[in-house]
Amino acid sequence: MKVMVLVKATKDSEAGVMPSTEMLTEMGKYNEELVKAGIMLAGEGLHPSSKAARVRFSGTRRTVIDGPFTETKELIAGFWMWQVKSMQEAIEWVKRCPNPMLTDSEIEIRQVFEADDFGPELTPELREAEERLRAESAAKAAKK
Amino acid sequence: MTATETQRAIHAVWRIESARLIAGLTRFVRDVGLAEELAQDALVAALEQWPESGVPDKPGAWLMATAKRRAIDLFRRNKLLERKHEELGHELETERTPDLETAIDNDVGDDLLRLMLIACHPVLSTEARVALTLRLLGSLTTEEIARAFLVPEPTVAQRIVRAKRTLSEAHIPFEVPRGEELAARLSSVLEVLYLIFNEGYSATAGDDWVRPALCEDALRLGRILAELAPEEPEVHGLVALMELQASRLRARVGPSGEPVLLMEQNRARWDRILIRRGLSALERAEKLGGERGPYVLQAAIAACHARALTPEQTDWARIAALYAELAELTSSPVVELNRAVAVSMASGPAAGLELVDALASERVLEGYHLLPSVRGDLLAKLGRLDEARAEFERAASLTRNARERQLLLERAAACRKPL
Repeated sequence: MKVMVLVKATKDSEAGVMPSTEMLTEMGKYNEELVKAGIMLAGEGLHPSSKAARVRFSGTRRTVIDGPFTETKELIAGFWMWQVKSMQEAIEWVKRCPNPMLTDSEIEIRQVFEADDFGPELTPELREAEERLRAESAAKAAKK
Repeated sequence: MTATETQRAIHAVWRIESARLIAGLTRFVRDVGLAEELAQDALVAALEQWPESGVPDKPGAWLMATAKRRAIDLFRRNKLLERKHEELGHELETERTPDLETAIDNDVGDDLLRLMLIACHPVLSTEARVALTLRLLGSLTTEEIARAFLVPEPTVAQRIVRAKRTLSEAHIPFEVPRGEELAARLSSVLEVLYLIFNEGYSATAGDDWVRPALCEDALRLGRILAELAPEEPEVHGLVALMELQASRLRARVGPSGEPVLLMEQNRARWDRILIRRGLSALERAEKLGGERGPYVLQAAIAACHARALTPEQTDWARIAALYAELAELTSSPVVELNRAVAVSMASGPAAGLELVDALASERVLEGYHLLPSVRGDLLAKLGRLDEARAEFERAASLTRNARERQLLLERAAACRKPL
């Protein structure tokens, strides 16, 4: 399953305080571990909400609200996209993360919708004669 | 933490740590079977102790230390292995705990690669390689493997036991070969990973939720392998191919479970993250240079589809050229049939038909329903409806898949009416 791992903002991150070299090094090591474990799909850090904008919807009206936003704890400072076996595995990985902030901080894990998108597949004959070459198979290109 | 929570945490730790643990232990005891037993013993110890003591800060190091202690106990009891015991005892006694972890981390890459090469060793049958790889490196249980492959659990268990015995008796050296030998051994690993992936990608029945999980397992192992053998273009090629195919997983099935063919898929449902990863893995493979292998070529073909935002934008000329390269490499008539389709898309049905007709005498394709199916399609496009109908009917009689037969019969029927 896919999870999105959200690093919550803090006062410092909102103030644009940049992480120290030491923190960057530790985070780099951690990221490397995620890549080597084959679970990391993507990940980015986000600028403070002072550079952000929100668009509010009300009926047909659209109102643009410029940052910064006040509720720091609910803002996001960065995210990862991981592919893991279970929520519990994601939790264990997050526990190994160095504290991403200078102060107390929080990381939230959210499951990405996808499981019910999958269904049974149907190309059984395509595998027997030449297993390896079948996947990019005649069925896909050929039946068109 | 409640006892259940701790248990769940332990299983999650096991998912993360077991491959490294088994790989590291194999280096010490030089026996995959024994290494796995020791790792399992450590897991049991964790299940006994952690609910009371709590999950340690470095669970991986804890499991490794516990497993190594068991190894020493075992060797102490076994005088025949006195020398090994001394080596081990010395190593453990001289290592302080923090160093122990560093030592594990430093060698872990090589250990994992060695473990992959052993699990996919040519002395084992293909089924055994698949089972062992999922068990030792994918940390799947015997039950999960059995369910994924629709095989009875005892069969899988026996396969694994036999495989471990075979490896032990064959005294497979625990080392990473170099150069051409490495490439040869890696190709076995790639084949096994792709087999696992395809089992998930083209599953026929049963637990449909387990099967996409198999694609994920294969992909994860592929990504790990790409980090372990970064200089091997075919490894990146396979990863690229799997990422690109996986990007289409959710578009391949319609609302009532029916298959949706590539050209009819809703491309908005393709997973852009996986496409991006696939394209960059392909780029990595191509940067390494050299002659393009079958996985790199197949990935390049998949990339042509991935890059086309609409079916009409597909670069069929390029796909045809890639299939030509692939056909030369593999001399496979199935690839040649694919090339014919690509050529017909690029240069018209007559050009494609010429290639298909050249394949008519291929014995490998005898009884292969896609040959008459493709031929029928091209004939229909050329307006030769009577001939097309006969081909579709022939294809329908050859396929063993009910849904596909129905589709082919419908196409045959459509050939009766004037277009």
